[in-house]
Amino acid sequence: MLTRSLIAGLALTFLSGSSFAATEITWWHAMGGELGKKLDEIVAKYNASQDEYKVTAVYKGSYPETMTAAIAAFRAKQQPDIVQVFEVGTGTMMAAKGAIYPVYQLMKDTGATFDPKAFLSAVVGYYTDADGNMLSMPFNSSTPILYYNKDVFKKAGLDPEQPPKTWEDVESYSKKIMSSGAAKCGFTTGWISWVQLENFSAWHNKPIGTLQNGIGGMDAELTVNGDLQVRHWTNLKKWQDEGLFQYGGPAGGNDAPPKFYSQECAIYMNSSASRAGVIANSKDFEVGFGMLPYYSDVQGAPQNSIIGGATLWVLKGHDEAEYKGVADFFSFLSSPEVQADWHQYSGYLPITEAAYKLGQEQGYYAKNPGSDVAIKQITLNPPTDNSKGLRFGNYVQIRDVIDEEFQNLLAGQKSPKDALDSVVTRGNKLIADFRAANG
Amino acid sequence: MQTKRTVFGNRLLPYAFLFPQLAVTVIFFLWPAGQAVIQSFQREDAFGLSTTWVGLANYADLLHDPTYLNSLKVTAIFAPAVTLLSVGLGLVFAVCLDRLVRGSRIYAALLVWPYAVAPAVAGIMWWFLFNPSIGLLPYLLAAVGYRWDHSLQPTDAMILVVIAASWKQVSYNFLFFMAGLQAIPKSMIEAAAIDGAGPVKRFFTIVFPLLSPTTFFLAVINLVYAMFDTFPVIHATTGGNPAQSTNILVYKVFVDGFIGLNLGSSAAQSVVLMAIVVTLTVIQFKWVERKVNY
Amino acid sequence: MIDRHPWLDALAHAVLIAGVLLVAFPVYVAVIASTHGPNDFMSGLVPLLPGSDTIANYRSMLTDGLSSSGAPPLGGMLWNSLVMALCVAFGKIAISILSAYAIVYFRFPFRAVAFWMIFVTLMLPVEVRIVPTFKVVADLGLLDSYAGLTVPLIASATATFLFRQFFLTVPEELMEAARIDGAGPLKFFRDILLPLSRTNIAALFVILFIYGWNQYLWPMMVTTKSSHYTIVMGIKRMSDVADALPQWNVVMTTVVLALLPPVIVVVGMQRLFVKGLIETEK
Repeated sequence: MLTRSLIAGLALTFLSGSSFAATEITWWHAMGGELGKKLDEIVAKYNASQDEYKVTAVYKGSYPETMTAAIAAFRAKQQPDIVQVFEVGTGTMMAAKGAIYPVYQLMKDTGATFDPKAFLSAVVGYYTDADGNMLSMPFNSSTPILYYNKDVFKKAGLDPEQPPKTWEDVESYSKKIMSSGAAKCGFTTGWISWVQLENFSAWHNKPIGTLQNGIGGMDAELTVNGDLQVRHWTNLKKWQDEGLFQYGGPAGGNDAPPKFYSQECAIYMNSSASRAGVIANSKDFEVGFGMLPYYSDVQGAPQNSIIGGATLWVLKGHDEAEYKGVADFFSFLSSPEVQADWHQYSGYLPITEAAYKLGQEQGYYAKNPGSDVAIKQITLNPPTDNSKGLRFGNYVQIRDVIDEEFQNLLAGQKSPKDALDSVVTRGNKLIADFRAANG
Repeated sequence: MQTKRTVFGNRLLPYAFLFPQLAVTVIFFLWPAGQAVIQSFQREDAFGLSTTWVGLANYADLLHDPTYLNSLKVTAIFAPAVTLLSVGLGLVFAVCLDRLVRGSRIYAALLVWPYAVAPAVAGIMWWFLFNPSIGLLPYLLAAVGYRWDHSLQPTDAMILVVIAASWKQVSYNFLFFMAGLQAIPKSMIEAAAIDGAGPVKRFFTIVFPLLSPTTFFLAVINLVYAMFDTFPVIHATTGGNPAQSTNILVYKVFVDGFIGLNLGSSAAQSVVLMAIVVTLTVIQFKWVERKVNY
Repeated sequence: MIDRHPWLDALAHAVLIAGVLLVAFPVYVAVIASTHGPNDFMSGLVPLLPGSDTIANYRSMLTDGLSSSGAPPLGGMLWNSLVMALCVAFGKIAISILSAYAIVYFRFPFRAVAFWMIFVTLMLPVEVRIVPTFKVVADLGLLDSYAGLTVPLIASATATFLFRQFFLTVPEELMEAARIDGAGPLKFFRDILLPLSRTNIAALFVILFIYGWNQYLWPMMVTTKSSHYTIVMGIKRMSDVADALPQWNVVMTTVVLALLPPVIVVVGMQRLFVKGLIETEK
C-alpha cells in the first residue's frame, strides 16, 4: 500500500513538474459539435481575462460517458475539478456526499460573490437540496421544443407559420406531408425518454413516479405506466408502422437530427439547445419553432415542460487554490454577458434573470422569432408536483431501460402496456439497488 | 517439465530473467483478478464510498436477472454464428485455393490482409455500409423488398455484428486451413481418385476428416475470439442495442461496471467469464497436447 | 496426377474472386468515402466513385483533427499508436525470450510455479478484469502515459511458449560447446541464442505489432487526455458527433489511416506474418 502510493506520488511529481505558472483547473464536459466550439471559446475568453487560473476543458463524449468517466476517475483519485452532469444524474451525485463539494458551500468557503436568487427558479429547483441549498452550478438547461421545416409545410399546402399544436395536428399534418410527397416522413424525435415520456408526462400534468417524481425522497417508485403514457406509446407505434414517425435511436437519438437536416422528416422534437445545430445544418430550408404538442382532450394540458441539460458539479479531493479558481470561474460563467451569449448562441435557457433581461434589452427575442419558445414553455404555468422535475437513483440506467423497452415496442416484441409495465418493474429494481448501495 | 540435458548452474540469474514477466503478471493480471473475485462478493455505491459484504448475492441476482440471461442467450447465438461463418468461409477459400496451380499466391495475398484490421475499424466500416439512411446494403436490400433497420430490428443488428466480427477472422481461418491442406499427403487423394471417387466425395471422405483437428482447433480459437475480442465491434457499432439484442457477455461486464457502475454485479460477471475462458483454454491445450503426442 | 475438372477450376476461381472482392469491399467503400466532401452523403447513398476532396480531408484530419468531437489531430494519434505498437511488440518479445531462456536453460526452485503463472495470463483477458486493472494502473499514476498504455499488456504466455518451444529444438551440442569455450549464460544468450532466434523474433514482431496497434478497450480506459489517444480508439470518438450530421468523410479518413499501417506490415512481411501466426497458436 505504502509503496504504491509512494510510486504514485513520485510519478505525479515528475508529471506535474513543469506546471508552476497558473493553477490548472480541469473541466470535463459533454458538449460536442457546435456547442463544443462555443464552450471552448468561452473558456478561452476566461483564460485570457486573468492569469491566475487556467481552465482546461476536456470533451469526454456523451452525457452518460462523461459522468461515468468522472466517477471512475474519482475512484482512481484522478478526478477533474469540475464535471458536467446531466439532469438525470442528479440523484446519483446528490447521494455521493463524500465525493461532491456542494456549490453553495464552495462559494461560501472561498468568499466568492454569489447570489442563488439570481437564477431562474424553474431551473434551480431541480438542483437544490431539501433546505434549498444549491448543490451544483446550473450551466446549460434546456427543454424540448418542436422544430419544423417551413419549406416542406408550404409544399404540402400547410400554413408555414403554424406549427402543430396538438398530437392530433402532428398526425394530420404528417399524413398531409406524406401524401403530398413533400417529405418522406412526418416527424422524428431525439431523447425518447426525456421528450416522449418525462416531458410528455409533465406537459400533461401526469406523474412519472410517487413522492413528487422522487424529489420527495429516496423511497419513490416509478409510475410511468399510466393510461395516458400507454396511449401515447400506442400511437407512436402506430405512427411508426404507418411511416409517419421515424425512430432516431436510443439515448439522445443520434439518427434523428440527420433525418431532419436532410429534409426526410418535416417535424422534429428535441432540446431547445439543438437550435445552434439546427440552424447550422439547415441552410437549404427555413426552420420554424413551436411548443411541444399535447392531446387536446387531456385536462390540464399543456402544463409546463421540465428542464434537461446539465449542471456543473465540483468534486472533492483538490486543494484550496484550485477551488478558489473554480469559484472564480463559476462567477464568470454566470455573469449576464457570458450567460446571454451562451443562451442566444446555443438555445439553452437563460439561467439567470439578468441574462434573460439582457437579451430582451438587446432585442434578441424580437429579432429571432422562436428563440423564446423554450422559456415560455417552461414557465407556461406554475409547476405542479408532476412538473417540477424528477429525481431517482440510478436514473441514468433507467433511461437505458426506457430506450430498450421502447425498442421492444417498435420492433413489435411487446405491447405498449407491457413495455411500460416493464419499465416500471425494471426501473423500480434499479431504484431499490441504488437505495441498498447508498443506504 | 522439459529442460536441456545440461543447464547453467547460476542461482539468481533465472529469477532475474523471469522477474519482468512475473512482475507484470502479478501486478496487472493476478492482483486485479483477485480484486474482481473479492468485489464480486461486495456491494458498493458508484463512488466507492461505502462497501458491504453480500456473500453470493451478486451471483444469485445474475441467475434471476432477465438481462443477464438474455446476454447469455445472445452470446450463445453470436459466438457460434461468428465461428461458423468465419471458419466456413475460411475453409471454402482454402479448398478452392488448394485446387489451383496458377494464381494461388496472389489470391492468398489478397485474402490474408484483413487480419491486420482492428475489430473496431472493421465494425465501423460495416456499420457505415449498413447505415439505414445512406448505406449501400440497405439500399440494395430495399430493391429486393427488405427494409433493413439494425437500430430497431434485433435480427438485423445481430446479422450486422456477426458479419463485422467474422470478416477479419476469415483470413485467419483461411491461413490455418491452407497449412492443414498442404499437410495432407497428395498420394492419399490420388489413390482415392484412382478408385473413382469424384472431387466432392474425396473432400468429404478424405480431406475433411483429415482437417478435423484443424477445424476443431479453429472452432475453439474462434469461439474465444467471438466471446472476448469482439468487444470493440459491439462498442463501436450497436452498443448492445436494440433492446440488448447484441449485448454479449463481455460487453455487459463493461456496461454494468463502467457505465452502470454496478461494480458487484460486474465483478461477478467477470468471474463467470474467467471460468469460461479457463474451460476453453483447457480444452484447447488438451488438444495441443494430443497433437504433440502423435 | 489427379483428374482435372475445368469447370471445378473455374468455380474455384469464381469463389476466390468473389472472396477477394467481398473482403476488400468495405475497405474500398471506406477509401472512396474518404475522398468526398461532407455534402456528398446527403443525397442518401454512399458514393462509389472517388471524389475530389481527398487531399483536403487527409490534410485537415492529420493536422487539425475534429475539434467538435474532441478528437485531436490524427498525426498525434498515429504517433501514439506507433509508440504503443512498438513498445508492446518489443516489450513482449524481450520479457518473453528472457523468461523462456530461464525456464529452458536453468533448473531452479519454483520453476514450474513460474511456468504456470505465465500460463494463467492466457486465461485472464483484459476484458474480464477491466475494472480492477484500471484501478491498479490509476493507483500507480500511470493514466495518460505510455507506460500505462503498454506495460500492462506486455505479459505474454504465447510468446514465452513459442520461444520455449524453439529453444527446446536448439541442439544440445551448441550449449555444450559454448560451455567448453567458457561462455557464461549471458554470453551464450547474446552470441548464440539471440542470433538463432532472429526469424522467430521477426515473425512474432509482425503479429505483436498488429496486436498492439489494434488495441481498443485498453487505451480507451487509461487515456483521459486527448494527448494520449490512439487512432483506433479515436475513431469511435469521431463517429459520435453530438447534434450534427456524422461527418462520414472524415470518419472514413480516420478509418483508412488507422488500418493502413498494420495492413502494410502484413502485406510487406507476409511470410513472417504467416509463420508468426501459425507458430504462436501451436
